[in-house]
Amino acid sequence: MSSNTPSSSAGGVGSADAAAPRRNSKRPKYSKFTQQELPACKPILTPRWVISAFLLVSIVFIPIGVVSLFASRDVVEIIDRYETACVPQNFSNDKVSFIQSAVDKTCNRTLTVKKLMKQPIYVYYQLDNFYQNHRRYVKSRSDSQLKDNSSWNDVSSCKPEDMSNDQPIVPCGLIAWSLFNDTYNFSLNNQQLAVNKKDISWKSDRDKKFGKDVFPKNFQNGTLIGGNRLDPSVPLSEQEDLIVWMRTAALPTFRKLYGKIERDLQPNEVIQVTLLNNYNTYSFNGKKKLVLSTTSWLGGKNDFLGIAYLTVGGLCFFLALSFTVVYLVKPRQLGDPSYLSWNRNPAGH
Amino acid sequence: MKRFVYINDDESSQELYCDNRISNRKYTVLNFLPKNLWEQFSRFMNQYFLLIACLQLWSLITPVNPASTWGPLIFIFAVSASKEAWDDYNRYLSDKKANEKHIWVVRQGIRKHIQAQDIHVGNIVWLRENDEVPCDLVLIGTSDTQGLCYVETAALDGETDLKTRVIPSACMGMDFELLHKIKGVIECPNPDKDIRRFDANLRLFPPFIDNDLCPLTIKNTLLQSCYLRNTEWACGVAVYTGNETKLGMSRGIPEPKLTAMDAMIDKLTGAIFVFQIVVVMVLGIAGNVWKDTEARKQWYVLYPIEGPWYELLVIPLRFELLCSIMIPISIKVSLDLVKSLYAKFIDWDSEMIDQDTGIPSHATNTAISEDLGQVEYILTDKTGTLTENRMIFRRCCISGIFYGNESGDALKDVKLLNAVAGSSPDVVRFLTVMAICNTVIPIKSKTGAILYKAQSQDEDALVNAAARLHMVYVNKNANILEIRFNGSVIQYEVLETLEFTSDRKRMSVVVKDCQNGKIVLLSKGADEAILPYAYAGQQTRALVEAVEQYAQLGLRTLCLAWRELKEDEYQEWSLMFKEASSTLVDREWRIAEVCQRLEHDFEVLGVTAIEDRLQDGVPETIETLRKAGINFWMLTGDKQNTAIQIALSCNFISPEPKGQLLLIDGKTEGEVCRSLERVLLTMRITSSEPKDVAFVVDGWALEIALKHYRKAFTELAILSRTAICCRVTPSQKAQLVELLKSCDYRTLAIGDGGNDVRMIQQADIGVGISGREGLQAARAADYSIGKFRFLKRLILVHGRYSYNRTAFLSQYSFYKSLVICFIQIFFSFISGVSGTSLFNSVSLMAYNVFYTSVPVLVSVLDKDLSEGTVMQHPQILVYCQAGRLLNPSTFAGWFGRSLFHLIVAAGMGPVLALKYFRYTYRPSKINALQQAERMGGPILSLGNIEPQPRLMEKEVSPLSITQPKNRNPVYEPLLSDSPNSTRRSFGSGAPFDFFQSQSRLSSSYSRNCKDN
Repeated sequence: MSSNTPSSSAGGVGSADAAAPRRNSKRPKYSKFTQQELPACKPILTPRWVISAFLLVSIVFIPIGVVSLFASRDVVEIIDRYETACVPQNFSNDKVSFIQSAVDKTCNRTLTVKKLMKQPIYVYYQLDNFYQNHRRYVKSRSDSQLKDNSSWNDVSSCKPEDMSNDQPIVPCGLIAWSLFNDTYNFSLNNQQLAVNKKDISWKSDRDKKFGKDVFPKNFQNGTLIGGNRLDPSVPLSEQEDLIVWMRTAALPTFRKLYGKIERDLQPNEVIQVTLLNNYNTYSFNGKKKLVLSTTSWLGGKNDFLGIAYLTVGGLCFFLALSFTVVYLVKPRQLGDPSYLSWNRNPAGH
Repeated sequence: MKRFVYINDDESSQELYCDNRISNRKYTVLNFLPKNLWEQFSRFMNQYFLLIACLQLWSLITPVNPASTWGPLIFIFAVSASKEAWDDYNRYLSDKKANEKHIWVVRQGIRKHIQAQDIHVGNIVWLRENDEVPCDLVLIGTSDTQGLCYVETAALDGETDLKTRVIPSACMGMDFELLHKIKGVIECPNPDKDIRRFDANLRLFPPFIDNDLCPLTIKNTLLQSCYLRNTEWACGVAVYTGNETKLGMSRGIPEPKLTAMDAMIDKLTGAIFVFQIVVVMVLGIAGNVWKDTEARKQWYVLYPIEGPWYELLVIPLRFELLCSIMIPISIKVSLDLVKSLYAKFIDWDSEMIDQDTGIPSHATNTAISEDLGQVEYILTDKTGTLTENRMIFRRCCISGIFYGNESGDALKDVKLLNAVAGSSPDVVRFLTVMAICNTVIPIKSKTGAILYKAQSQDEDALVNAAARLHMVYVNKNANILEIRFNGSVIQYEVLETLEFTSDRKRMSVVVKDCQNGKIVLLSKGADEAILPYAYAGQQTRALVEAVEQYAQLGLRTLCLAWRELKEDEYQEWSLMFKEASSTLVDREWRIAEVCQRLEHDFEVLGVTAIEDRLQDGVPETIETLRKAGINFWMLTGDKQNTAIQIALSCNFISPEPKGQLLLIDGKTEGEVCRSLERVLLTMRITSSEPKDVAFVVDGWALEIALKHYRKAFTELAILSRTAICCRVTPSQKAQLVELLKSCDYRTLAIGDGGNDVRMIQQADIGVGISGREGLQAARAADYSIGKFRFLKRLILVHGRYSYNRTAFLSQYSFYKSLVICFIQIFFSFISGVSGTSLFNSVSLMAYNVFYTSVPVLVSVLDKDLSEGTVMQHPQILVYCQAGRLLNPSTFAGWFGRSLFHLIVAAGMGPVLALKYFRYTYRPSKINALQQAERMGGPILSLGNIEPQPRLMEKEVSPLSITQPKNRNPVYEPLLSDSPNSTRRSFGSGAPFDFFQSQSRLSSSYSRNCKDN
């Protein structure tokens, strides 16, 4: 075997002669980067640092937790689950056939206000066990069709609700097809309680995603009727129920905004709700709830954030405390080379 | 197979052999894309990504936009393809430059200027001074009347001295005109890559010379890429052209080396892949079950009653795509990037610049820096590596009289100077051998001073010393040597040169004294190659003593000898030699055999002793690296005593009583076997004692041991932390590397000369010292450094940091992919196991590339400990060496972390607490040192540490000798981390016969006791 094997980079004959002088001129320039001497810091977990860090976290977190818990407690919520109660006695064993039948679905509910509810009061419907995030469902829409009238026949992504009677459906897809169609009427002391259904969707959705010149066409015309029908004379950008519905929920339990009640409700006031129980959640045992809720600066009623802050803060406080105790009871010298195993005297053990 | 080259025959050989077009290109314009793609797709990871990307094209199953995989994939491919293309284009340019160079060539009897690429085999090529040789030529004429010319072969073998080339005897004395018309045939072997051999014959056709066969050797050739120097012109016959030249054949892409870390990452990737398949199967089944039970009830998804035939596959495939990000596409790119940066840091390091020459260290192989941090064995050459290879003539012993013993410098010894002045015959003969028994070329500089161009440092030292003692080697004019001694000029004619080979271990010249016509054989060589061949009556005792004494001092010894030859004896031998020189098969061996017939009945004149000083910082470097748990083996061609002395002086082995040296010797199988058994037994017994045990073996015994007792020798190699192998050949060096590698050790070979090249290429990491023996080793090596002491920094600083950084980076890459993948998996449980992606394509891609891959590259600047701390506590290297920062258990840690971070996104508190507790009460060594570093001065100060090492060495090193390699896990530490546990396990004394099993036990025991 030859002892000479030039490195692969040595290249051809032509480049070989340049090798020797190049090496000398390549003497590197000094810089902090090339010498790996850039300033750096590495936090060392000394007792003082760790205990004070934990203390700091607890001092910051506990008040935040308390404040957000209070904010959440300020929110007043009325929740009414109605999907079972709205099925007549004779259908209670076969709810699916009830919902699919042509029986009158009107249902009356009574809500009692427990605490003062300041306006605006938001009206939500809440569905359980409804997989708006199912892959088949979530992909079944055509954003270009919703936005622009010119691409009204772009329904390729909408299967299986793309065409009906050989005509493209606008708006196409499973999401639009399964639009929620329960309606609620509120009355207080036999007086109609106005529900404002304007501005319940995202402004960006209205302006950017749903076109002003796109009108429902050939919608719910198939053999299988899914959910609500749409008024063909109203452009999609004003069909706010649809816009809210089409912003799909990430979790199987979700609330969607139905409208706003723009007056205060006093304690012990009784609200009569007349609802049309049209939407089929019975076939998959889903719950339907009507929710009236005020808001605080933190949003709706949600204790989780406050509890999470309090837990973490409390835990940190506890850890800081116990570390201090441990440190006082059993201090240990840090960075003592005698702890290095190769410095330890084996005879001593 | 042979090739017949017809000189100056324009018709016959045109078609037979390729023209002189050099092509180093890997690709052409047409085949670039397919070939490059094919190469890239031969890697498993790329195949995997391609498969995923193709699956994503199926819109039914893709959870995200296919662009999110195709984008990065194409980007990665484009980057590596354009790098290849750029390299190839540069190669093309340099080829083109070389190919289009204009060269004078004889065509139809007329000299013509043609492009280098049009040279054909058999053409006569004319070169002028400082021209580059365009192809391999057989020299047939030069401007020199004696037919000599000089070439610089630096581009070929890195040796910067000038080499003499001579025209074959048959062409001697031809004039200018004749050379244009010369005809003949050269019979030469087919192209090979051996630049040291060219066994061919030349036969000139009448009318030039009689039909005599003239042998050709490498001395008659001009090889491609050499430069013609100090010669006005030369001409030669092209024998190998284009890519078939010696250089062209030896070119080639060396096997890429794979680091232990790469192997581990591959393994972990495989594990993740398996995990992924399991997840996909579970989710796929769950998805199909959910679909059949629940989804049918979810009327709004409108599942068809009867799906297509592949329906069952759809959900698993969707999950496969969803989980495909578990294996991060970015890991290879990130790793390549940081690896090249590690290499750059080595190139840039101003503390590794050789102050004498200004040459910085250089990482030729950019891919294996992590391995430096995992070295377990260092195999080092002695001469030029541990020593400076700056030979100085110090002492000599001439016919029993010692010179230079008092002052330590024979050149200043009055006794010797007097003897020279008095022309004492013994001394004169001694000096004559010193001056002319060599291959040195004297060159007169313009100032009149004589410079010697020598290939061997020993010869250089001898000739210079002779010159200082008034025996000046003045001139070499073809075969005539001129010597000036005390004012008178003596001329010798060199009849034959019997060259040095590492097998013969001696070289000789046969010269004729031009004054009295006497023929003399002058020899110099190793003592065992000379002394046994002394004539029957000579008292060699004093010489043996001298050799011993000098070797004790760590000096290199050479015996000089001489014998007068009778005219007819020489003539007879000369014929044999000529015949041997012209054989084509086994020429080297034949020549050696013939030489043996002449080299006997020597009159041994004396012994020279040459000092080769240790390089700066060698003992400290060895001690530091030894503390870091690295074992040293010294492989040297030098003799045993010298090797041992050097080893002692550089802390390689400890003197008695602390150290113990075990000798393996013997000339026959039986002797070697017994010796080996004995050493092995001692080794096993002493393994429990705090003693530095080393074994010494010489080349002969080594060969027998490797051949017949490989198993026993392997066991010995495992037991021994230190070994000295002397008198070993280059191939034995490589064999030893192979042996250690076969035991699953990470080996680093360091050397400086051509004889180390094989070992360097064989080892996991080859380090070359760009020293005085040329750049040969440095070129073949993965790293070239200027001085041995830089090795410490290379391993402890660069190797360690590289390992740590890669360990972090690779595991982090998996961690971040796993986190996002776990989120997807958990989301799938609340989205009806339907394979919905929680993230849209853009976010996913941005997460993979911009949020997590790019910022984390900053970790390439991470330093867990400062360089100073690492140097003071080299033991900390064990973390890298044992692979403790990247192994399945640390990986499991990262895996768990990713799961945990999924569940408790804000869960840093408990993690911190956990860390703190471990940090304070069960700190790892790195943590302890970090704390110490931060706490500052007094603890770390040398004064406090200094008393420790002695103790440490006592405790750690002997014990860890006994840590045999457990073969399976790579992360098994070589150096025991907790000596007390090891000690205990040894205390449980099982009988030594069961050593193997017992040590396994102990190593596993210590593994259990390891505190991290």
